[in-house]
Amino acid sequence: MNTKAPARPGRKEQLPERFQSYRHVWVFVEIEEGRVHPVAFELLGEGRKLADALEVELAGVVLGPAGAATDAAVAAAFHHGADTVYLAEHDALASYRNEPYTRALTELVETYQPEIMLLGATTLGRDLAGAVATTLKTGLTADCTELAIDGERSLAATRPTFGGSLLCTIHTRGVRPQMATVRPRVMAMPEPDPERDGRVVRHALDLPEPDFVTKVLDFIADARTDDVNLAYAEVVVAGGMGLQSAENFELVRELAAALGGDYGCSRPVVQKGWLPADRQIGQTGKTIRPKLYIAAGISGAVQHRVGVEGADLIVAINSDPAAKIFEFAHLGVVADALTVLPALTEAVRRRVGVPAPVAAG
Amino acid sequence: MDAVFDHDTDPEDPGRRGLNLVVCIKQVPDSAQIRVHPVTNTIMRQGVPTIINPYDLFALEEAMRLRDQYGGEVTVLSMGPPMAEEALRRALGLGADKAVLITDRRFAGADTLATSYALASALAKLGAERPIDVVFTGKQTIDGDTAQVGPGVARRLGLNQLTYVAAIDLLDRATGEIVVRRRAEGGLQVLSSRLPCLVTVLEGVNEIRRGSIEDMLRAARAEVTVWSAADAGIEDPQQCGLKGSPTLVKRVFAPTPREESAEMVAVDGKRPAQIADAVLDLVFAHAPKLETELGAAPSEKERR
Ligand SMILES: Cc1cc2nc3c(=O)[nH]c(=O)nc-3n(C[C@H](O)[C@H](O)[C@H](O)COP(=O)(O)OP(=O)(O)OC[C@H]3O[C@@H](n4cnc5c(N)ncnc54)[C@H](O)[C@@H]3O)c2cc1C
Repeated sequence: MNTKAPARPGRKEQLPERFQSYRHVWVFVEIEEGRVHPVAFELLGEGRKLADALEVELAGVVLGPAGAATDAAVAAAFHHGADTVYLAEHDALASYRNEPYTRALTELVETYQPEIMLLGATTLGRDLAGAVATTLKTGLTADCTELAIDGERSLAATRPTFGGSLLCTIHTRGVRPQMATVRPRVMAMPEPDPERDGRVVRHALDLPEPDFVTKVLDFIADARTDDVNLAYAEVVVAGGMGLQSAENFELVRELAAALGGDYGCSRPVVQKGWLPADRQIGQTGKTIRPKLYIAAGISGAVQHRVGVEGADLIVAINSDPAAKIFEFAHLGVVADALTVLPALTEAVRRRVGVPAPVAAG
Repeated sequence: MDAVFDHDTDPEDPGRRGLNLVVCIKQVPDSAQIRVHPVTNTIMRQGVPTIINPYDLFALEEAMRLRDQYGGEVTVLSMGPPMAEEALRRALGLGADKAVLITDRRFAGADTLATSYALASALAKLGAERPIDVVFTGKQTIDGDTAQVGPGVARRLGLNQLTYVAAIDLLDRATGEIVVRRRAEGGLQVLSSRLPCLVTVLEGVNEIRRGSIEDMLRAARAEVTVWSAADAGIEDPQQCGLKGSPTLVKRVFAPTPREESAEMVAVDGKRPAQIADAVLDLVFAHAPKLETELGAAPSEKERR
C-alpha cells in the first residue's frame, strides 16, 4: 500500500499521461452457477450508449472455466450489444472466489486499459468491484441509477444518497478506469439481436491453484429462489402497512396469482415479520421493472419509490388521498385496499381467466 | 504489511491468548430522521441523532460470539470526527473490549478508497502490537451504501476477503482454517479460507445483545484510544481524505417529481366490484398489450 498516491490534477481536469490512452467501455459479464446474470445484459444496453457517446467500442469481459457457460456468455454478450469480448478461461475461475477473479480482472484491465468498467451490484459484483478498484487505486461508484458522459469524456455516475432522499452525481478524477456498479433491473433490458457477432480476444491467465487460499466447499441453492421472481416479474402486486396483518397478504398473493405475477411488500412489512426479506421492494430491497405494478396500502416513501420507478404502469390503492404514492403512480384509487384487492382478483379472473397454476375456483 | 498478521511469528501469544478480533464501525446519522430542506435541497443535520451504522452491529455481535466461544478480545475501530467516540463508547457498552478512534482533519472528505487506506493503516498498527485473526465490518453503511470499504481494507492488507457472510461454521485457531457460508445470488457458498481474514457480516444473521450493566459501567469509564493520522502510522497523508479520493461529488439534487400526477379512478358511491372494473379498464387502456399477454401467457415466469 505504499504505492504512489494517484496524481491529483488541479481545478482543471488533466488526466495523467499514462491514463490518456485508456479507451473503450467494458461490462463485466457475471456468470454465477453457470448462468449469465441478466444484470450484465442491462449493463451492456447502458454501456452501448456510453460507448456510442464516446465513439469507442463496447466490450464484455467473460471469466470462467472453458465450457458451455462461457461460450454461451460470449454469444449473449454480442447479442446484447458488445463489439468485443475479452475471454479469459481458467479452471481456477470455476466458482466465484474473490482472489482469482480479482487477479484476472485486474490483469485484463492493466493489459487492455478500458476507460470505463461497469459491473452489476450483485453480491458477486460488489465483492469483485471493491477489490479490483482498490488494487487499481481507482474510483468506484456503487448502485448508480443513471450513467452519462459529460463534455470531458468523463463518466457522470448518478446514485441515491442520504437514504435515497437526494441524488448525487459523481466523477472519477485523475485515474482510469472509471468504475461503477448498477443494481439489477435499474437499467432497461436491451432487445437482443441474435444476428450480432463480434471479435473475441482470448487472454491466457496464469492462476496456480496453490496461490488461492479460499476454496469453495459447497453451494446451497436457495429453496425459494424459483418462487421469488420479483425482480424480473412482468406483473408485481405489493402490500404495505395499510394491509394491517400478515393474514391479509393472502389478498396480495391471490391478485398476483390471478395476474400471473409475483408479489412483494414495503420494508416495515418485513420488519414486522409478515413476509420474508426477499419480498421487500425498494432501495434496500429489490428493484423491479414490471409492466404493471399494483401497490396497496403503501404510502410511497422515497426509499420505496426508487425501487419501483422503472415500472411501466403504477397503480396505487391507498385510503389516504394525500398519500405520497399518488405523486408518482400513474393510476390512483382512494379506497380501502382490503375490499378493492379481492374485487380486483375477481374482475381479473372474470376477464382474462384463471391462470394455469391456480386451481379453478 | 502481511507479516504483522503472521501467527507463526507471534511472540505474544505462544500459549494462545485467544482470538484478536477487530470490528470496523462507523457513526452515521440516523437516516430515518434525516430531512431534506424543501427549498435548498440540503440535508438538515441539526438535531439528527447519530447511531452506530446498524449493519455494523451484526458484525460486532458476530465478533463477540467468536470471542465468547474461543476466548480473546474484540476491539472496535472507527475513523471519524472526534464525536465518533460516542459510537465507540456505545460499542463498549454492548460488550466490546477496547476502542480505537482515528481522527484527523486530513481524513475529511474521504471516499471509500481513502477510507480503506486510513483504516488499513490503523489495522496494521494494531496488528503489529498483536496479530489480528479476523477483521469484521458490516455489509455496508446506511449513509454511503457502497459495501466497498470492507473489500478495500482486505485488499490493502492482503487479508482473505469473505463478504456477505451469513454464518461462521468453523474457526480453527490451530490450523487457521475458517469455514463460512457466504450469500451469493441464488444460494449460499460454503467457503473454506484461512486466518487472517476480513469478514463482512450480512444483516439479520444474529441479534445484537443488550450490554450488561458491567459493560455499561465499564464503557462509561473506559479509555477510548484516539489516534491522529500520524499516530495510526499513516505514511502518506496524500492518500487520506479528499486528497486521496479519486471520486468527486459534482452535484447533489432532489429527484424530479413526475410531470403529470396520477389519474384518479372515480370511486364515489361505487361498489368494490365496480371500482375493480374501472381500474382494469384504465389499466388495459394504458397498457393494451397487457390484456392479450395476460390472456395468452398467464403465468409468465421468464428467466429468474
Ligand atoms: C435507509 C432506509 C431504507 C429504506 N428502505 C426501504 C425499502 O427498501 N423499501 C421500503 O418499502 N421502505 C424502505 N424504507 C422505509 C420507508 O421510509 C417507509 O417507512 C416505508 O416504505 C413505509 O412503508 P408503508 O408504506 O408500508 O407504511 P406506511 O408509511 O405506514 O404507510 C401505510 C399506508 O397505508 C395506507 N393505508 C392504511 N390503511 C389502508 C387501507 N385499509 N387501505 C388502503 N390504504 C391504507 C395509509 O394511508 C398509508 O399511506 C427505508 C427507510 C430507510 C430510512
